[in-house]
Amino acid sequence: MRKKLNTVEEGVLLLSGNEAVARGAWEYGVHFAAAYPGTPSTEILETIGEEYEEIDAQWAPNEKVGLEVIAGASFAGARVLSAMKHVGLNVAADPLFTLSYIGSTGGIVIVSADDPGMHSSQNEQDNRLMGRAAKVVVLEPSDSQEAKDMVGEGLRISEEFDTPVLLRMTTRVCHSKSLVRVGPRNEVPVKGYVADIQKRVPIPAHARVMHSKVEKRLLAVSEWGAGSDLNRIEEGDPSIGVITSGISYQYVKEVYPEASVLKIGISNPLPWKLVEKFLGMVDRVVFVEENEPFLEEAVRSRFLIESDGKDIIPIEGELDPETVRKALRPGTEKKLTWSEIPLPGRPPSLCPGCPHRGAFYCLSRIRGSSTGDIGCYTLGLMPPYNALETTVCMGASIGVLSGIEKAVGREGMGRLVAAIGESTFVHSGITGLIDMVYNGNTGTVMIMDNSLTAMTGGQHNPTTGRNLRGEETPVLDLEGLVRACGVEHVKVVDPHDLKEMEKTLKEEIGRDELSVIITRRPCIMSYRPGKPAVAVVDTEKCISCRQCMKLGCPAISWEDDRPVISKLLCWPDCDLCVQVCPVDAISKDMGGRE
Amino acid sequence: MRPVTNVIICGTGGQGILLASEVMCAAALSAGNDVKKSEVHGMAQRGGSVSSHVRFGEKIYSPLVEEGCADLILAMEKMEGLRWAPYLSPVGKLVACDLRIFPMTVNTGLAEYPDVDALMIEHGLPVQLVPAVEIAEELGNMRVVNVVLIGAVSPHLPMEVEHWHRAIRERVPAKHHEVNLEAFRRGRELFG
Repeated sequence: MRKKLNTVEEGVLLLSGNEAVARGAWEYGVHFAAAYPGTPSTEILETIGEEYEEIDAQWAPNEKVGLEVIAGASFAGARVLSAMKHVGLNVAADPLFTLSYIGSTGGIVIVSADDPGMHSSQNEQDNRLMGRAAKVVVLEPSDSQEAKDMVGEGLRISEEFDTPVLLRMTTRVCHSKSLVRVGPRNEVPVKGYVADIQKRVPIPAHARVMHSKVEKRLLAVSEWGAGSDLNRIEEGDPSIGVITSGISYQYVKEVYPEASVLKIGISNPLPWKLVEKFLGMVDRVVFVEENEPFLEEAVRSRFLIESDGKDIIPIEGELDPETVRKALRPGTEKKLTWSEIPLPGRPPSLCPGCPHRGAFYCLSRIRGSSTGDIGCYTLGLMPPYNALETTVCMGASIGVLSGIEKAVGREGMGRLVAAIGESTFVHSGITGLIDMVYNGNTGTVMIMDNSLTAMTGGQHNPTTGRNLRGEETPVLDLEGLVRACGVEHVKVVDPHDLKEMEKTLKEEIGRDELSVIITRRPCIMSYRPGKPAVAVVDTEKCISCRQCMKLGCPAISWEDDRPVISKLLCWPDCDLCVQVCPVDAISKDMGGRE
Repeated sequence: MRPVTNVIICGTGGQGILLASEVMCAAALSAGNDVKKSEVHGMAQRGGSVSSHVRFGEKIYSPLVEEGCADLILAMEKMEGLRWAPYLSPVGKLVACDLRIFPMTVNTGLAEYPDVDALMIEHGLPVQLVPAVEIAEELGNMRVVNVVLIGAVSPHLPMEVEHWHRAIRERVPAKHHEVNLEAFRRGRELFG
């Protein structure tokens, strides 16, 4: 068996940014870590769970709880870390903004993994702005070594300046691998819990004092930051001075190694003295940063300089070397030998064997649709299902369905249901359901229970009976929970039993009262399939009706007017195509399995 | 100064692109290079297009390959190789698995799968097609398709055979060493 990384005490490892954050947490004595999974942050807690048993680590039901539990552990003097995707910080914003006033006892590092380019997200928010609004220190690493180092520096800053520290990563830093020099773990004692109500109970009289400390703290960190290694001037050609941070720094060095660079590691508060020095060294200033003009606006509003930034660097999307080259050195772009060839897109789709396929196939068949949520099942919007019409944020499917009913009534709502995964329901759907009961809604909520937080790669949650480390925990009783909210009609159905699934949808949508359908079947990533079995098409019997194609199964393609089932892709424990074929032309030996 | 080598590995979710890029990075590392790689996780993977950028040399800054700069594109699926053609340098090579995987847009009738071989000839792409699926079938293990392909591209890269062997032993569980080393050999002898 491969040695766990907590046995490696020196050397150089090729680590992703996320793995480097986990490593940093271990080396710099973090005692406790908590998170809700979210791309691109998920591997931070996964790596801690798998490699570093010295850190007590757990999945939280959502980001707010994750931040609250690490806040409590910090109050008791432990070094702590929480990680979340950028929109997760919105969920955790309530504790964040007040934790900023309270400060830290044990060091607090909160990782925000932003997603410029929206590889796996619904918006492109730049959480440096959240950090500034919350008045906390923001650090921005540009590779894995810095990601590791900044966990250590972040904990030190947190304890020395009595502040939470936001470690702002981006997808390209989280998911790129680069070399990291590693060291042993430094054990730091847990200080112990001592009550301090002036510090930790922000009643107005206390909070006014706290706010004053926050303002002084920002000035102190700015002063200190001007001499910190985290911010540095790389002196080069004085005719151009680039101010940059995060991954953008790497692109600048790649395409313009001669330029003078002010590399910002502490984005909030900015090291004003160092910025001023740099401005005096160069003729032309260019800000190179992804998404918002965060550095640009701050520096320009303070020093009233002429400069370039968002006039030449796009505000939308992820940067890359070619975009930065075009902006900094127009005319040096590479001549492309081959131009883009128009090709069909390859969007993601539900996996072969996915339990959600049965639910969306049936919903589509009865001409129903859904208000959607955040998870693999958002793919219900794709053809051939076309059975999902809204997505806002975690848990919103339920509130949105309620609101549609309030606006246009039961009739106007048609055959819409709310579609939400069990992990998302636990994260922030429960209050929406309580609202439906409380305010007299009559819609149908479909909780798609595949017993796994799937879209982020397959993590445990309170419904799976396992924790982050795979140990047994009590299983959350979803039916009991839903009933306790006051829902009378609760049905559990196997979404791969298509007859029953369709019947249940029709009955519950047709009912004039609130109902909940729990579609329960495990995610294919959560178990090893049974012995190989492939569905076989009898081309003699096949009438080319294309009913099987309405499943949208990646294993079934259409060639020479007949379905072809891929033996590489067909999932052994799935027989949906056998069920939908009207002439029994598809067969599969399931070996007695359901 | 050691020159920088730029590689893009592309294909579709579930094809073992991650392992292929891990093996390539490990080989580049054991040959004494600075190495960076970058790829996309999450929603982008559910059967969608997947790519991994691998760069190695004396000192690497950007984890992303710049358009027009790839020395090598390794496509685990033919059409995905075409998609990345603008990244190929004027002297770069495209090595593609001779395999078609229809995207959902084709299966649902929204698009047609193009005649990739004809397009490759039409655009004059410097392509080598590898019957990696057939070779893996002969070896009795469909999971070594990616290592056959790694073998096929290895003569185009500056690492020695022993670096590749060490990388495979490092990244693959011990009980699968033999079949993977054989898969590598079969791939390498195609164009080596």
